[in-house]
Amino acid sequence: MKAPIASESEMRDLVVELLSHVAPETDANGIDPDVSIQDQLDIDSIDFLNFIMAVHEKTGIDVPERDYTKVATLNDCVRYLAGKAG
Amino acid sequence: MPSLGADMDAGRLLEWYVKPGDPVKRGDIVALVDTDKAAIEVEIFEDGVVGELLVPPGEKVPVGTVLATVLPPGSVVEAAPADGGASFEAAAATPPSYQPPPQAVPTPPLTAAAAPAASSEAAATAAALGERPMATPAARSHARALGIDLGAVTGTGRHGVITCQDVDAAARATEAAVATEAGAATDAGAATEAGAAAEAPTAKAPAVPGPPPAPAPHAPAALGPAATATVHTHVRASPLARRLAAELGVELTSMAGTGPGGAVTQEDVREATTREKAAPPRAAAAAAAPTTPAGAATAARPEDARYAAMRRAIAAAMSKSKREIPHYYLSLPVDMTQPLAWLEEANLQRAVTERILPAVLVLKATALAARDVPDVNGFYLENGFQPSEAVHLGVGISLRQGGLIAPAIHDADRKDLDALMADLRDLVKRTRNLQLRSSELSDATMTTTNLGDQGVESVYGIIYPPQVALVGYGRILERPWAENGMLAVRKQMLITLAGDHRASDGHRGGLFLSAIERHLQHPEEL
Repeated sequence: MKAPIASESEMRDLVVELLSHVAPETDANGIDPDVSIQDQLDIDSIDFLNFIMAVHEKTGIDVPERDYTKVATLNDCVRYLAGKAG
Repeated sequence: MPSLGADMDAGRLLEWYVKPGDPVKRGDIVALVDTDKAAIEVEIFEDGVVGELLVPPGEKVPVGTVLATVLPPGSVVEAAPADGGASFEAAAATPPSYQPPPQAVPTPPLTAAAAPAASSEAAATAAALGERPMATPAARSHARALGIDLGAVTGTGRHGVITCQDVDAAARATEAAVATEAGAATDAGAATEAGAAAEAPTAKAPAVPGPPPAPAPHAPAALGPAATATVHTHVRASPLARRLAAELGVELTSMAGTGPGGAVTQEDVREATTREKAAPPRAAAAAAAPTTPAGAATAARPEDARYAAMRRAIAAAMSKSKREIPHYYLSLPVDMTQPLAWLEEANLQRAVTERILPAVLVLKATALAARDVPDVNGFYLENGFQPSEAVHLGVGISLRQGGLIAPAIHDADRKDLDALMADLRDLVKRTRNLQLRSSELSDATMTTTNLGDQGVESVYGIIYPPQVALVGYGRILERPWAENGMLAVRKQMLITLAGDHRASDGHRGGLFLSAIERHLQHPEEL
């Protein structure tokens, strides 16, 4: 478990940063927070798993496969992770 | 210069990782080569001692050119550094003498370097120089039968003697290169004509693509450096740029970054390195080959040029495929409910870092099926279909900046799911970073493509020659599924096969798809 994430905005920054690592060719900052991340950044299932693993590494939060639909958009993802962290 | 795929006709040697006298083992990475698609780490194919490095860094040479000589294990290399240096200089001072022919006719093999062969490796060097190469009698007649020019064949026998195997390898490379080359020769011819009609044929000639390449079934190895793009650049993530800079001994601070936010990309490193290390040969080559029409591509942005080169490479391979391979297409809807349930259960027991993707189950089932039905696994060459004992599964990986590379997972049928998952992750990562190894690009025995992530229901692919099958996976969708008189909702995936009718018939192809389905229904055995 790493340092706890205090706020949703910190979590949002982290998620965007991790996404930009997974898809460095894209602009993760510019994504629509209510549209599927995978569609916008053109990331495949391997990239997405890399993202989930990075989340785990940074926050200690384990997103099980059955919850993948709950982290599909940036807003959902931040809400889900902030809830788990809090 | 190995053929790193059916779409490659030349490569630029970027860096040697070995020097004369170094002992090497089969599989060691000895050099970095830049192709139209990516920078590839070249592995050596036999044990021995590095004799002489024949191609200097920065030089672009056709597939089949001898890059270096390898002596038997235990050999002692004398005065290698001086020799090597001298021949590099000579090579640099004597640019390739290749001139594009006015028409697209078969051309003699490239005289790669006019350096005098001063060392004991004269024979192997001579091969590169276009003199009568050393070859076994059997290889000589084999080459004649296949229409292969021995001058363009890399000898792997003792002291670089060309063996039958080498001829076969060259035949494959040529087969692969011919399509590209036919196009290139057409380009070159067009450029020459245009130049003659207009004014001096300068490198500024527009890179107008020629007409679709005509079939050139038996042109001998026309492996000239003709109209391939002088592209050597592409975008990379900055950690990679750093790594490359360290490897090539270039200062990152000495270059301007062109990446996002001004970051130094690998491209910038490459650019700087090429300027620094290879200025003389490149200048000489430019002077000697002023009609290179794609020279104009260097004027474009590097990533655009890289992408354009990749598109040309894909165009050449796919056009060749559609021209020569009589495809047949089959599809089979496979019930994925049970394998996915098994996998979800298995993944629950695993740490997030150990999770396995459904794609891995499908790849393993495909590899096992290829073993069951070998008619779809191997190569179609001049002498017909050659099934492969090993199953090296090519995996089509799209690049976000555009384009596609299909490197191989070696021995996919013999790896467990964890090993396959690790390989797949590693391969995707290295492909996206354009950091692949030569064997991964040259020896896939069958290719797979998964467009399910894009929501596509089915994909009917184009076979990557000289392979004989392409397996496509669609999206996993919930569908009404009737079985035993009952209707249920099941998760279904459409698996397709594009098969080469010269190598197999629809019946065997059908057995292959059924075998994939059968293996998938026993995920615990995968």
